Amino acid sequence: MKNEGKKLIWKEYQKEIADNKYYYVRSCVRQNFFPGAETTFLRIMREVLEKDIYENPSHTTCTGIGYHSDIVPLDTAMTVVARQFAIMTESGYENLTPSCITSFGLYTEILDTWHHFPEVEQKIRGLLKKATGREFQIPKNLSHASDLIFKFRKEIAQKAKYTLINKNTGKPLKVVDHIGCHYAKMFPHKGVGGAEYPYVLAGMIEEWGGEVIDYPERRHCCGFGFRQYLVQANRGFSIACSQKKFESMAGYEPDMIITNCPGCPMFLDRWQYAISEMEGKVYGPDGKPIPVFTFEEVAGLVLGYDPWDIGLQVHQVNTEPLLDKIGITYDPEKKYNNKFGKSMGKPVIPESLCEAHGIL
Amino acid sequence: MSKNVIVIGGGIAGMESSAYLAAMGYNVTILEKEGKLGGHLLKWERLFPTKRHGKEVLEFLSQGISEHVSIIYHADIENIERKDQVFNVHLSKGTSLKADAVLIATGYETFDARKKEEYGYGIYDNVITSPDLEEIFLSGKGIRTASGKVPQRIGLVHCVGSRDEKAGNIYCSKVCCVTGVKQAIEIKEKLSQTEVYCFYMDMRMYGFHFEELYKEAQEKWGVYFIRGRLSESCENADGTIVVKVEDTLAGKPLKMTVDLLVLLVGFVPSEGTRKIGELLGLSFNSNRFIKSADEHTMSNVSSEPGIFMAGTCTSPRTIANTIMDARSAAATVASYLEGYNIEKRTIHRNLK
Repeated sequence: MKNEGKKLIWKEYQKEIADNKYYYVRSCVRQNFFPGAETTFLRIMREVLEKDIYENPSHTTCTGIGYHSDIVPLDTAMTVVARQFAIMTESGYENLTPSCITSFGLYTEILDTWHHFPEVEQKIRGLLKKATGREFQIPKNLSHASDLIFKFRKEIAQKAKYTLINKNTGKPLKVVDHIGCHYAKMFPHKGVGGAEYPYVLAGMIEEWGGEVIDYPERRHCCGFGFRQYLVQANRGFSIACSQKKFESMAGYEPDMIITNCPGCPMFLDRWQYAISEMEGKVYGPDGKPIPVFTFEEVAGLVLGYDPWDIGLQVHQVNTEPLLDKIGITYDPEKKYNNKFGKSMGKPVIPESLCEAHGIL
Repeated sequence: MSKNVIVIGGGIAGMESSAYLAAMGYNVTILEKEGKLGGHLLKWERLFPTKRHGKEVLEFLSQGISEHVSIIYHADIENIERKDQVFNVHLSKGTSLKADAVLIATGYETFDARKKEEYGYGIYDNVITSPDLEEIFLSGKGIRTASGKVPQRIGLVHCVGSRDEKAGNIYCSKVCCVTGVKQAIEIKEKLSQTEVYCFYMDMRMYGFHFEELYKEAQEKWGVYFIRGRLSESCENADGTIVVKVEDTLAGKPLKMTVDLLVLLVGFVPSEGTRKIGELLGLSFNSNRFIKSADEHTMSNVSSEPGIFMAGTCTSPRTIANTIMDARSAAATVASYLEGYNIEKRTIHRNLK
């Protein structure tokens, strides 16, 4: 594989990412899936990078999941998004930073629709005004939270306490980067590096010392795919998607997976447990499963944040083997303590394959 | 005193139109950007549908370049001025040439396969293009993978950069289907044990003997033709290529591993076509080739008097059609120079 070829493509897909003053909108689902990720992101932006990033409690779902599941009509989705823009405008911000990939995709799609069909924008402005009395400005810059960490990846590297290097072997960790489908597949020029060879996570991995693995099913869906999972009868498709990816990446012996979407880490993490129960199979090296992380968690780890402060205790696949490879210090006894130091209670470990294979 | 014609481009169209113009007594100067004549013909070992060697046709074309044809190699045109009926062509080396007519034969380039990012050309070691394969044939070296192994299975992908709105080219390049069939047979001739798969949308076997070649590929050589456009290719750890395609006749998605993937790249207007067209203020058609005054009746005539076109600068063509078009262009230029009012006859549109 020729990395120079990829670099040529990356050059074609550079996007403008605002320098400061971001209006942050949270994901509907991430706080349940990996609750530490968004908090870690805000902490890095404010404390490490000293940026002005603001969130407003009045913001709601963008309806992206409903829209992509054919439940919410487009006009409704656009009006809800117009309300998000209105709250951003009222808050005095111009640069929108969604936490969620599907929100980012939906905002991008709506802005592009309005660009090509200005009469639709006028109609939605009318609907919003009628429903809420609100008005809005179009965001000056729309960048996903992972775009921001990509933009400041060098600054993070300079302040890093750890690198993505195996301390025992001195070799870079082998990292699978998985990009949410709605990040660039719909609008390649809105994503860092485009849709076919995205650079947004690869750039972080390289900068922080790791080695990116390019495996055949790299582009395949994680298994969320909304209708695959939300329609219960379709869940077999969901786990089959994830399994296809694991089978494809296993030969490369990845040390970890990094994602930038709310759903992807959830499914890549939880389905490893399900597959181990169903098939008795795990996909990482040394007979272990592959730890899965959000990009915020990885940024937090290299900056030296306590693993339990950034929420790694809620991962299905134990992250300790990876922490040990990097040489990150942690207190196993505090894994299930709350922020006041009191025990939250440990999860019940099933007497099954999972325990033997290091899954929670 | 005989009149001067400048022919821009010394490929097939430029050579053949020059031969006929010289034969009619005109002073012809070919401006060629490279160091030799022949254009793309220099890069093709054998030609469809007869599998004749390209150099045989080149030899034929060369015989037409008599002492009445001057050639300026490595010509870089800086500017072209027109005063009354005379063109003044300025080259970067300071030379200026006068002409009574200009014939553009600046041709095509093959589509840059890197633009079909999902196929991995320029990234995956075992993804090559049809010109790359032709270069292997010309070199006399065996067909090998990047690691030097004899490929056990080779895939050929049709319509790469043609009939593809995403790639910005909605048109058919006319030559790739049959080139794929020719190259598939040549692979089988050289590597009889290698499986060859062609992934196609339609097989456009419109030329005389094309269909026979297609039949030969299937019946004699056992080439597999799968109707379906490739969605993506990826590289395995061992360098082999995984292709994903829908077999639209079987109605099933197909995933297959090949040792070598050949992309049959289409035609796009050459950089020279764009540059010369812009220098002369010509119109371009919706596919970015130079626009003919009328597609049915004025294919060699441009939007400006005294400027004509030959060959693939106006649209993709086979070699046979390019040679015919070159002679047609020579006749059109000669008629113009002899005072025949080419535009006297008009097309009546919307006749009922």
